[in-house]
Amino acid sequence: MILTARNITIRYGRHLAVDDVSLTAAPGEVVALLGANGSGKSSLLRALAGQQPHEGRIAWDGRPAQVGDIGYMPQNSVSRVALTAFQVVLLGRLRSLSLRVANADLAAVEHAMAEIGVSHLATRHIDTLSGGQRQMVLLAQVLAAEPRALLLDEPTSALDIAHQLHVLEMLRDVTRRRGLTTLAILHDINAAARFADRLALLHQGRLLGIAPPRDILCATSLRQAFAVEVAIDQGSDGHPVVLPLRAIR
Amino acid sequence: MNGAAAWRRANRRHALIILAGGAALGTSFAADLATGPAMLPILSVLRALSGLSDDTMLRAIVLTLRLPIALMAIAVGAALGVSGAVMQTILHNPLASSYTLGISAGAGFGAALVITIGAALPLPEAWAIPIAAFAFAGLACALVAGVGRMRGATPELLVLAGIACLFLFQSLLSLLQFIASPEALPQIVFWLFGSLQRASLSKAAIVTAMLVALSPVLMADAWRLTALRLGDERARALGVRVERLRLRAFVVVSLLTGAAVAFVGTIGFVGLVAPHIARMLVGEDQRLLLPASAMFGAVLLSVASVASKLILPGTVFPIGIITALIGVPFFAWLVLATGRGR
Repeated sequence: MILTARNITIRYGRHLAVDDVSLTAAPGEVVALLGANGSGKSSLLRALAGQQPHEGRIAWDGRPAQVGDIGYMPQNSVSRVALTAFQVVLLGRLRSLSLRVANADLAAVEHAMAEIGVSHLATRHIDTLSGGQRQMVLLAQVLAAEPRALLLDEPTSALDIAHQLHVLEMLRDVTRRRGLTTLAILHDINAAARFADRLALLHQGRLLGIAPPRDILCATSLRQAFAVEVAIDQGSDGHPVVLPLRAIR
Repeated sequence: MNGAAAWRRANRRHALIILAGGAALGTSFAADLATGPAMLPILSVLRALSGLSDDTMLRAIVLTLRLPIALMAIAVGAALGVSGAVMQTILHNPLASSYTLGISAGAGFGAALVITIGAALPLPEAWAIPIAAFAFAGLACALVAGVGRMRGATPELLVLAGIACLFLFQSLLSLLQFIASPEALPQIVFWLFGSLQRASLSKAAIVTAMLVALSPVLMADAWRLTALRLGDERARALGVRVERLRLRAFVVVSLLTGAAVAFVGTIGFVGLVAPHIARMLVGEDQRLLLPASAMFGAVLLSVASVASKLILPGTVFPIGIITALIGVPFFAWLVLATGRGR
């Protein structure tokens, strides 16, 4: 689905969280939202997911999102609850679930869990899982719904480096294969540079720019967005590599 | 391990647990009919129930005196159990029950009001009291739901509105107790203890009809209620209209609770503990949790009804006292046993 967001503004009382942001995203594309804490990333993502009142216009393929179009994963917090990982992923199929669960729903759950690599956790209670395992189960829940767009708020924040690589590779792969439109908030700039097609850089609610990693990652933009001095190198695969040097006070 | 196969196996196991609860309920129901000042052999009870007995005394004891009480215990226990489960789910609060949001307090005030003004009413007290209790339970529900509609039905707001409602009706109840005549006061206190002795077949049928009519509404929301257990934001992300669901479920269980307590008085503990027992045994899938809560609520109140007649032979203790007396040790044992098993 083609995302077109125009002049999105979000206020919490008198605080301006997102200030006149416009962006687009295309099917098969991964866009990473980057920015310092409080820069408006999560508010913007919630608005794109239809979960946040806002000014401006958001269209998916030229119309408002339909039920089931968007798979939205909020930040990693789940109430303590006696549900197994399988049951949690099954809830991703909520729209089609009835009292008697169809085989197609169960198959979609098994497929999503296998895709993320959490099949072995199926019978574990969600509150007995580590933060990283829980995050992967919740990601499987989003994929089980078979949405046309993925909006993910820090999907890898609790993952170790191996699982982070696995999940990001899988997300890029599934985005390409299914022609999804994927926007993800990431804190790891280098991971974002490697796996996202474009990076959207936010600062104090405003969009500093949205462009491919090598075009937007420079010392000036990162100093403005994160208040850090950085050195930028090039990785063996051609992606820019950011080395943080010091914070600017 | 195949996740779907394991899930199906767990579902079958949980359904068997609910069936086992059904067997326990059947046993308790029979015991409730057999026990009392005249202890009856179970075969005589069965003969009276099936109409094969010519003994008019036996039939009067079983069919007229004990059957309404035994059926009422089951219907009220089931209504309180399922209501407690839904309250705990929609408020994200393990301590929630019909007491939390002032529904029972509203019913108590309604009953006390009729007892106080008594003879001035055109209806016989046996019906005027439950009608008033139900009406004021409905009023308490409308007050809380009204606040929820105006300001967004968050758990915090509903609990605050409910606690305010609870204090309002408790204060009004205290006022009534203060001004009540010496004849009315013990009646009010006795109503507040909760008792099955006021049961009749028609009253049991009304509670059962409410249960039968409203349970499908709750079961239709079973998956959405399960999703709500993950938290409001995640439920919303899954497409649940959280505020609407919370208000709808609240109104349904308030009606159910109102109908239950209107006839028997404020019976505590069942609505709190039965859902916890059910949750420990069948988990959080509300398709199973709701029937299991109803089943274990019914078992708990039915067993309490038997116990209320056995503790001091010849005396029937108020059921509201018994539910806590037998429920607390059982609940403690279950918590400790489950804790060791994990």
